[in-house]
Amino acid sequence: MIILQHLLNGLRLGSIYALIALGYSMVYGIILLLNFAHGDIIMVGGYIALIIIGAGISPAIAVILSIVGCVLLACMIEKVAYKPLRQAPRISLLITAIGVSFFLENVAQLIWGADPRSFPYTTIIPSINYEIAGLKISLATILTIVVAVASMVVLTILVQKTRMGKAMRAVSEDMGAAQLMGINVNATITFTFAIGAALAGIGAILYCCYVPQVKPTTGYLLGIKAFVAAVLGGIGSIPGAMLGGFAIGMAEVAVNALGLSSWTDAVVYVVLIVVLLVKPTGFMGRSLNEKV
Amino acid sequence: MKKSFRFSVPTRYIINFGLTALFIICGTLIVNGGAFKRATNAIILQIGIYIILTVSLNMVTGYLGQLPLGHAGFMAVGAYTGAILWKATAAMPCWVSILLGLIAAGLMAAVFGVLIGIPALRLKGDYLAIITLGFGEIIRICIINLAGITGGTPGLLNIPKYSSFFVVFTAAAITCYVIHTIMHSRHGRAILAIRENEIAADACGINLTYYKVFTFAVSAFFAGVAGALFAGFQGSLFPKSFDFMASINILVMVVLGGMGSMLGSVVAATVLTALPLVLQGLSEYRMVIYSLLLIIVMIFKPSGLMGKYDFSLTGIIEDAINGRLFRKKRKEGAENE
Amino acid sequence: MNENELTFVPSNARIPKRDLDKTPVLETHHLGIDFGGLTAVDEFNVTIGRTEISGLIGPNGAGKTTVFNLLTNVYTPTRGTILLDGRDTRGKKTSQVCQMGIARTFQNIRLFKEMTVLDNVLVGLHHEMDYGVTGSVLRLPGFWRGEHIARERAIELLSIFDMQDLAEAIAGSLPYGAQRRLEIIRALATNPCLLLLDEPAAGMNPSETAELMENIRKIRDMFQIAILLIEHDMNLVMGICEGIAVLNYGRIIAKGTPAEIKSNPEVIEAYLGKKRA
Repeated sequence: MIILQHLLNGLRLGSIYALIALGYSMVYGIILLLNFAHGDIIMVGGYIALIIIGAGISPAIAVILSIVGCVLLACMIEKVAYKPLRQAPRISLLITAIGVSFFLENVAQLIWGADPRSFPYTTIIPSINYEIAGLKISLATILTIVVAVASMVVLTILVQKTRMGKAMRAVSEDMGAAQLMGINVNATITFTFAIGAALAGIGAILYCCYVPQVKPTTGYLLGIKAFVAAVLGGIGSIPGAMLGGFAIGMAEVAVNALGLSSWTDAVVYVVLIVVLLVKPTGFMGRSLNEKV
Repeated sequence: MKKSFRFSVPTRYIINFGLTALFIICGTLIVNGGAFKRATNAIILQIGIYIILTVSLNMVTGYLGQLPLGHAGFMAVGAYTGAILWKATAAMPCWVSILLGLIAAGLMAAVFGVLIGIPALRLKGDYLAIITLGFGEIIRICIINLAGITGGTPGLLNIPKYSSFFVVFTAAAITCYVIHTIMHSRHGRAILAIRENEIAADACGINLTYYKVFTFAVSAFFAGVAGALFAGFQGSLFPKSFDFMASINILVMVVLGGMGSMLGSVVAATVLTALPLVLQGLSEYRMVIYSLLLIIVMIFKPSGLMGKYDFSLTGIIEDAINGRLFRKKRKEGAENE
Repeated sequence: MNENELTFVPSNARIPKRDLDKTPVLETHHLGIDFGGLTAVDEFNVTIGRTEISGLIGPNGAGKTTVFNLLTNVYTPTRGTILLDGRDTRGKKTSQVCQMGIARTFQNIRLFKEMTVLDNVLVGLHHEMDYGVTGSVLRLPGFWRGEHIARERAIELLSIFDMQDLAEAIAGSLPYGAQRRLEIIRALATNPCLLLLDEPAAGMNPSETAELMENIRKIRDMFQIAILLIEHDMNLVMGICEGIAVLNYGRIIAKGTPAEIKSNPEVIEAYLGKKRA
């Protein structure tokens, strides 16, 4: 019974990681960049929601504005910091992403201070608990998992069935060829960032409801764990991100349950290292080989 | 073509050694004589430590062309190794203890460099960055959790403060010398070749794994030495000093100085360490400015302030003698010392 | 320096003595590789003589560069063996295969662009010097000796193509033809017994190609090595190759002298398509 309880927790945390991992995966798939700043966009989303709810505005609007904020921020970052470097060597792009990440974290610290602020999650998801077959499930858990799975389904439909989705797949396979076929590469890339950020925004709200606090460094660790999830599942793969997210979420809950909470983060890093060394393409990813 | 004046090779060595020794001796006398405030002395010592960190990281990022994000991890290994050894050998004569501590710190860090490098360097680019980040963080978390040896989060205290101007800057000079001589040899060419075109280097018979791990280990060695000097400077060690931010701090210096330029690394380390002194009121904004600087430099001058320019003191003197000091720089080949 | 005399003696005794008799420098038996479900190369059997100039031709996508990658162990063969100088190259890394005696150039030139011309050649001479890291750091006599000899050797090699005055130029700044020549010199610096040239005449006009033909013969005569080249320029191939293998869809469809290949109906079909009835 306890195990099932933990399993549910793991699924809830895992869903959040999955949503964020998707954003990482999609951006990597299209411009081969590990967007270090992804996690920090989430942090900003969290703060936006916090501020808006604090101002007394309806939580529903807060959620929407927060997601919109994430999207706008991501698109702006893409236009200002990443687009000029599209032809540059990968190291430059990576360093820039790190720079953006740090910039966001430190500005947040300047504005809101380094101390964690508690997040009024009950205003967004009422604290209702159900009991099914002896298991206690909160509304929040159900919502989180449902929202995550639904988002992924919507995303899969988007990528497989719509024109923009096709454009996204084309650009991630071969940017040059896609351009020659008349696809507006810039718009496609911006759109990808936007979708990734929207998912991250949803993930941000759900995460802030799970760990009911926000601080400037929230994004960093969250981003790393979501990234591990993305790599585990296979960078560039949607079902992979979901699987990876669940795996990492459950691993984290398991380690905590075993009483080794100070090693939790280390375990996640170990998983990362093992995956990168044993099967860098993850469960379902595709490998990119250099032509000799 | 008019024959220009060039120092003979032995003369060049003498000039370089002589000037360096002069600098260290003068510096020791000035600093120990109390010419500066305590705060300034602290900054000066930190400059020396960061020079070692930056120059060693530059070996992997600038010369080998990879981006490891766990440099602070090696620094931590060296710091704790040095500190523990120094506390344990407090009874021995000063010089013996210092030397033992520094060498042990470096070797320990180098061992970690090899252990981490062998698996990590099979990966490239972003993946290498993340995996080294992971290793660096694991080291830090281990330090926190193995509190019995390392003092954990509360810290390791009462470390003998061996890091004087003489010790720090002699170590810095040795670091620069060793890395310089390695790079200006067939080993250095092999490393640069790997950066330029790994597949071609492979086809020329360069053993990729060996040189990648070698570079990583040398870089880790000096990071370890710097870590020990850091311990001897602060007198106490806390795991928080060796987190991801610390690695990024060093990375910023390497990037701004120019990846591939030792002079750039030295200058950037000096300027960026001294900056808080100058920008007294802006200390809160320091990291914001850093990160902005990073982004701006990457977008507008990705090769950093000095690019890949490599410095030759005797080269400048020769240029002056030949009246070429202010003409366009020529590209120095490997035969300039 | 006398055009046809070599003044350099490699200090590294690991390279076996070259027999200038007729034992083959390269033999492959049933060499093949599959990528997933796709068989890229199959039943590649060739024998190359000690100082033979051979050609590997075939339509685009036939697998010619793949063969080069197999010979240098960039790809691990799925089946078959490669014997270089009578020694099996199985399981060796590319850098080790190079030290065993194969050198290559690449279809898309792979120079060390930011390094000088001289440094590019010196990288090729890496194993001709044998001083270690300690020697470098302490600047022992072994270091100075090694560097001096290597430098002289590099200038000697550059002078084969009259490039010794370009020694300090940055490799990336050279014109295309010079870059190709530099790549060949760098390959020669590794002291191979077999030189693989991947489309050496790509992008060259007829007079440059004629010069290249002269140079390839000159290299063979001076260094007494075998040369295997991939080429699309039929004048070059028919002009200097003593033996030719034709590859199509990963398999050899014909082997022989230029005259035999020229008149082989299968070869013509592979290049031009089936004759309409």
